[in-house]
Amino acid sequence: MDMFGDPAVWLPWTFAALMGLSILIYVVLDGFDLGVGLLMPLAGEDEKDRLVASIGPFWDANETWLVLAVGLLLVAFPPAHGIILTALYLPVFVMLVGLILRGVSFEMRAKAPITQKRMWNSAFFAGSLMASLSQGFMLGMYIMGLTWKLPNIAFATLTAVFLTVGYSFIGAAWLIWKTEDQLQRRAIRWAKGGIWGLVMGIVAISVATPFVSTRIFDKWFSLPEIFYLAPLPILSGALVAFVWWQLSRLPLQNDRWSWTPFAAAIALFSLAYGGMAYSFYPYIVPEKITIYDAASAPESLFIILIGTLFVLPAILGYTMLSYYIFRGKATALRYN
Amino acid sequence: MDTLLLSRIQFGANISFHILFPTITIALGWMLLFFKLRLNATGDRKWMDAYMFWVKVFALSFAMGVVSGITMSFQFGTNWPGFMETVGNVAGPLLAYEIMTAFFLEAVFLGIMLFGASRVKPWVHTLATFLVAFGTTMSTFWIIVLNSWMHTPQGYELRDGVVFATNWFDIIFNPSMPYRFVHMLLASGLTVAFLIAGISALRMLWGDKGEDVKSALRVGIIAAAALIPIQILAGDMHGLNTLEHQPAKIAAMEGNWETGPNTPLVLFAIPDQAARENRFEIGIPNGASLILKHKASGVVPGLNDFIAQDGTVMHPRVAPVFFSFRIMIGTGVAMLLLSWTGLVLLRKYGAGHMPRLPLYAFCAMSFSGWIATLAGWYTTEIGRQPWLVQGVLMTKDAVSDVSAGMVLGTLIGYLVIYATLIVAYIGVITYLARKATKGESTPNRGYPRGGEANVTALQPGE
Repeated sequence: MDMFGDPAVWLPWTFAALMGLSILIYVVLDGFDLGVGLLMPLAGEDEKDRLVASIGPFWDANETWLVLAVGLLLVAFPPAHGIILTALYLPVFVMLVGLILRGVSFEMRAKAPITQKRMWNSAFFAGSLMASLSQGFMLGMYIMGLTWKLPNIAFATLTAVFLTVGYSFIGAAWLIWKTEDQLQRRAIRWAKGGIWGLVMGIVAISVATPFVSTRIFDKWFSLPEIFYLAPLPILSGALVAFVWWQLSRLPLQNDRWSWTPFAAAIALFSLAYGGMAYSFYPYIVPEKITIYDAASAPESLFIILIGTLFVLPAILGYTMLSYYIFRGKATALRYN
Repeated sequence: MDTLLLSRIQFGANISFHILFPTITIALGWMLLFFKLRLNATGDRKWMDAYMFWVKVFALSFAMGVVSGITMSFQFGTNWPGFMETVGNVAGPLLAYEIMTAFFLEAVFLGIMLFGASRVKPWVHTLATFLVAFGTTMSTFWIIVLNSWMHTPQGYELRDGVVFATNWFDIIFNPSMPYRFVHMLLASGLTVAFLIAGISALRMLWGDKGEDVKSALRVGIIAAAALIPIQILAGDMHGLNTLEHQPAKIAAMEGNWETGPNTPLVLFAIPDQAARENRFEIGIPNGASLILKHKASGVVPGLNDFIAQDGTVMHPRVAPVFFSFRIMIGTGVAMLLLSWTGLVLLRKYGAGHMPRLPLYAFCAMSFSGWIATLAGWYTTEIGRQPWLVQGVLMTKDAVSDVSAGMVLGTLIGYLVIYATLIVAYIGVITYLARKATKGESTPNRGYPRGGEANVTALQPGE
């Protein structure tokens, strides 16, 4: 345990990194399937099944990353877990109800009598919307330091809308990759209509975060940090331009480059997320509790870490296997 | 009502709703593997039909279990922050192992199991089915380890009021874990056995003469009849384990107020906690002493022993524990009678010519496993009160300081959703049964492997 220096330092850091990675993977993966849910009302009746089919084999495992992220927060930083979730009591409730509605209607829309299908489709959309909005709201509240004041709530409402539209963008980008013909062309239009949400979200957070705390301001706008960090916004800008260019020329013959908007969307989410992580480190409850203050006992963290080192590669392995098995354009979901 | 009681009700509501679905998926996963292996071995179409029907129920139950389970992982932080702050060093690793070794395994391979049959080799699909079933069982193991540790904690030390793990072997193999684990797996097996028997009986009553329905009814009845005696034995051993480690819970289950020998087995009573006595008591003399101590003079603990010097009640509320326990036992006895009667009738008439009356009885008992499982969990969980972790952490010390109104508001929200979803869930299962019954009349009810024929009538994801 002492191999890498003081375990009370490197263990919390490792767990913060693991948790951060889980949240990022969750945002990207469930982001696209929540996004597909958000696009449901825009799709024609005959296209809805294909939308659902494109996420069918994956959504379950995607949501497990949320459980892992919350689980890591819970096990590695118990006091922070309590403070954050108590402060976000109501949006958490809305998100949970949304996720429940979504998961259930995913099954019900295909299994309940056909007359109920419209209702379950609506529930699927409503659930996706509730989950996306509340996640964006929680993001905003977290940035603003988890206090329920009117300006903070206003900002959080803004991030709620931006993240939701951003999810619809990554969902559309996923559909560009996983569908074909007319539906793919519609997905390209949806992606064009949704990319502003992601851009505005990134801009809003980038502008707001440094002004919430002088500590974060100094982390970004002092020499020489500003030069090391310059690639982050520049790369993001380039990616947005690239996506826009791709969207304007897709679809190409033989479906070439259809994967690029989705890949660029992942990169954009990751860059924005990386910037945020840089801002808030080492705090886990913004400006109040650091990861080192909140960490569980090193013995307990070490026990989890050993398991993680064996299990996480396996998880990544069979997750990739699943995406490989269901590669190519989405086909109708069948049990046989 | 205050935040504490409301939070307890909310947690109870969430976990009750959640446990309904794992109780089905744990054993149904193995049952599907059984169907699949029978299909591989015999090549008989009926096993494919049985698999195709029950995999739909499995997919639906699994989704309900996943989404209601996400709620659980958040409830610790939103309502019970004191829990992880005090015992996080033990609970944390156990929960982490559950997520890492079980949740991902089942979630990823579920996708392959459900939708991958035409995309992978048959053996890979069978393997995926196995891994899903294995994942659900692993998940049960870890969560039961944690729950049992909360009842019978060991392998830890307290430093400044916070629990630190000292011996992980002792923590994992804590005294009540083996009993609780076996009891829960058997409960899941019985729930699924009665569900399969009940829905198959329903389909037969509706006129389904398919071979798959007959086989499913046979499998359900035989599984139920085989598991229920083992479950009664396991439950009895679990009770004796509880007597050793949590005597207050046993006292509440038995409705026994005074410690002493020759304690009767109370069949029915209305426990009056204010007067500290039972009303309308009907009991069998020496019964409780005989069951718990195996002799009439055996001393059985009484509730009056669990009153602190200053008058604080250190035993659970008696009535809920007392009645939940009797509901569980009553359901278990009904299961025993029906499944063994079913076995006799099966030998006499065969599954295809079962009289209507027992078929109605099996229908009525379709969800009896849910009732028994919930009643059993209420007995053991309410029976642990006022402790959250026996002897270590009181429930009232773990609750969050969220306002009571907030907890009440969200509680009502959850209850409305849960009630709606349970109705929808049972409704869809009966609808699927009705549809499968009607499907019987079409001569060609084939499930070609990988082919496109005959599937046009199926809805996607069906």
